[in-house]
Amino acid sequence: MVTFDDDMEPDPVSDQTNVHSIDPETPAPPRRPGRAAVSVSAGLSGTANPLSTKPVFSIEELGVRYGGKPAVQDVSFDLHEHEITAFIGPSGCGKSTILRCLNRMNDLVSGAQVEGTIRYHGQDLYAPKVDAVEVRKRIGMVFQKPNPFPKSIYDNIAFGPKVLGMKGDMDEIVEDALRRAVLWDEVKDRLKSNAFGMSGGQQQRLCIARCLAVNPDVILMDEPCSALDPISTGKIEDLMTELKSQYSIVIVTHNMQQAARISDRTAFFIVDLMAGENSRIGRLVEYDATDKIFTVPSDQRTEDYVTGKVG
Amino acid sequence: MSTQPQSSLRSVSGAARTKAIAFRIAMLLCLMASALVLGLLIFDVLGDGLPKLNSALVSNFPSSQSARAGLQPALFGTIWIIGVCLVFIVPVGVATAVYLEEYADSSKWWNRLIEVNIQNLAAIPSIVYGILGLAFLVRGPVSLGRVVLAGGLTLGLLVLPVVIISGREAIRAVPPSIREGSMALGATQWQTIWKQVLPASIPGVATGVILALSRAIGETAPLIVVGAATFITFNPGGLVGDSAGFSALPIQIYSWISQPQDEFKQLAAAGIVLLLGVLVIMNGAAIYLRNRYENKW
Repeated sequence: MVTFDDDMEPDPVSDQTNVHSIDPETPAPPRRPGRAAVSVSAGLSGTANPLSTKPVFSIEELGVRYGGKPAVQDVSFDLHEHEITAFIGPSGCGKSTILRCLNRMNDLVSGAQVEGTIRYHGQDLYAPKVDAVEVRKRIGMVFQKPNPFPKSIYDNIAFGPKVLGMKGDMDEIVEDALRRAVLWDEVKDRLKSNAFGMSGGQQQRLCIARCLAVNPDVILMDEPCSALDPISTGKIEDLMTELKSQYSIVIVTHNMQQAARISDRTAFFIVDLMAGENSRIGRLVEYDATDKIFTVPSDQRTEDYVTGKVG
Repeated sequence: MSTQPQSSLRSVSGAARTKAIAFRIAMLLCLMASALVLGLLIFDVLGDGLPKLNSALVSNFPSSQSARAGLQPALFGTIWIIGVCLVFIVPVGVATAVYLEEYADSSKWWNRLIEVNIQNLAAIPSIVYGILGLAFLVRGPVSLGRVVLAGGLTLGLLVLPVVIISGREAIRAVPPSIREGSMALGATQWQTIWKQVLPASIPGVATGVILALSRAIGETAPLIVVGAATFITFNPGGLVGDSAGFSALPIQIYSWISQPQDEFKQLAAAGIVLLLGVLVIMNGAAIYLRNRYENKW
């Protein structure tokens, strides 16, 4: 039962369940009271960007276990090219775990086991002959806490291209990466100073620049703004919107306004406590265009979550 | 709603306060005990050794006449031995620490066995290392003879556990987020260790190495066993061979102190001051390195 104040007339949009057939001509869904910021930007993104249909990742029946205990089960969905996909859901629902499967960072966690298949441009990411190092060259990652290397700003950017043996003028590569991360003007006069002297927001943009310097295809972001103030957050969000034309971006966020502002599609996960004692299993509840998730979700649990009734 | 009035916050009782003060005094006394002993020692050797603490001490060779005696061969011997020791312990110690921290799966019994053994090795008396050096390096399978290389390697084995343990701590102190950041860029594990983890742990590793060397510099027993000379008239001329006989500062001090004449006792005191000076400089360097280059994560 939906419990909004306004009338609940049947909405043509809510009948569409296939994400691939979203029509850009569909009128923006009626606005609802409560989360003004959410519905305004969701309405904008819904009409401005026709959603792409070319998948980057095809996830089928994904499951992750830590030390034999299941953490995520039965997750199947496609992530699309040149889009920002947001993962939302309560703590412990496996958002970050799934994100870390996409560039095989879970390989570094002892006891982590991945089941099911993830196809990256059609290739099985977990096929025996696939080198995890090769995967991470293509699929970059930005972490929750800014983690610059204890080196100069310049060396932070140059590290990736150097270890990957990239050819070209290193100064140009560094400048280009910093420009793309909209950080160049702030740091061009102190490239040789230690990265720890930067503000938290600058450090996080440096980490994004570092990731861009190796020319990835996909950028995974694990709550990149959770340690930042609203101004830095705004800068990173603008940056992501700008980068979308060249990269596919996946972001885990606890900030629903953020998901609504910047993402094209949103996946909502929950913790399934029903599975048994002492077990918390993350499951995918709903995956759809962001404006739909935030206005006319098809699942009651999604609606309760995005309207702030639970979680 | 709180029903307790504010005045019910109990004041510290008199007995508790007395206890706290008594404990403070006890701790201060413990500190004084060690500081006092060191102060007395320095005062005593300075008083005895000051007349002999001059350039002749380091420029002269040992002699049966106290007026012409010096410790140059012992000083050079110590420098050679410490050099050998350094070249041996840094690569071996750091490689071991890297293996144990970054590669070893501690759920495997053999890795745990290695770890326990390294802890134990740190506690073995130095004379045992001397006997090992004598049986294995000087004679036995390696048969180097009583040379600089044998002395340096013996001391290296002795202090290796210190280097490994401090190296592991330094490597462990590098946050996992640095490793993740590096791996996420497509760096291999080896590139991550070589270009991120090791450079970030250099201050800690260097501190451990210096402390290990300052322990090695004062060791006497193993050097006696592996055949450091108490009376020698030449500086070491190589690592192995006929010219590679050596003495060392503590050996020279020990030999002078056992002489009956007072002048030799003064020489010994001057030697002790020199040795203490070297130790202070080394430990000071370790502290400087730790404070100057320590990473604030």
